[in-house]
Amino acid sequence: MQTLANPARFLKIARPLTPVLGWGGALLIVGALAVGLFVAPRDYLQGESVRIIYVHVPAAWLGMGGWTGLAIASFMQLVWRHPLAAIAARAIAVPGAVFAALCLVTGSLWGKPTWGTYWQWDARLTSMLILLFLYIAYIALDDAERERGGEGRIAAIFGLVGAINIPIIHYSVEYWNTLHQGQSISFLRASSTVDASMLWPLLVSAAGFSLLFGAIVLMRMRAALARQKVEARLRRYS
Amino acid sequence: MSHWTFILASYALTALGTVGLTWWSWASMRSAERQVEDLRNDR
Repeated sequence: MQTLANPARFLKIARPLTPVLGWGGALLIVGALAVGLFVAPRDYLQGESVRIIYVHVPAAWLGMGGWTGLAIASFMQLVWRHPLAAIAARAIAVPGAVFAALCLVTGSLWGKPTWGTYWQWDARLTSMLILLFLYIAYIALDDAERERGGEGRIAAIFGLVGAINIPIIHYSVEYWNTLHQGQSISFLRASSTVDASMLWPLLVSAAGFSLLFGAIVLMRMRAALARQKVEARLRRYS
Repeated sequence: MSHWTFILASYALTALGTVGLTWWSWASMRSAERQVEDLRNDR
């Protein structure tokens, strides 16, 4: 981890890695979504609407995974003052918010044909909406802090505290009676109630979106590092 | 109620959000890195 603490060393790895993750992710997404739309079977209960799973579940995982990454980066920023940790946390916030929003919108579009409603104030949907608000609050707080010349430490503390919402989202379908279905896939128990014909395009889609998410975070980190370099040089010249 | 309307809307919004975010991130990165190159060349 300390090896990557050096921005020059980080860039040496990030430059070739960005297109690999980006194009690799795009190819996997296109393939998985084509299979999800035209090859995977319809569900015996939900009918064709089950095809929304191939975009909804990866978006949900990335919305939650994004905040987990943001919290880890915030922890590293606060404890080890890792120079890239703050940049990484900030780079994750916007894509995390976009995927949390996509999860809510696609879930809502899935809810109408299956539940008969776009929205229900149940535990899973509400905790996911709170995650989106947390992302927006983090972005606003970090921007405000930096405009005042701060290092983003208050935003980092917020990032850590906000992580409490992740297990709440995860276990919301177990602790409360919700309209949302229970957990279908468990990586810890390596088990799934989803049929293999639907599971593999879902996992490929999730892998593709995850790679693309990684590429987006690297692009945003590279942009932030370049901006820092420009500001430092301009300060030196003036 | 055709399920395909909801499916296509979900896929279209996901594509729009993902492509838009990727394009924005790539354009910001290119613009910032070009500024660094320009400053290096001006020196």
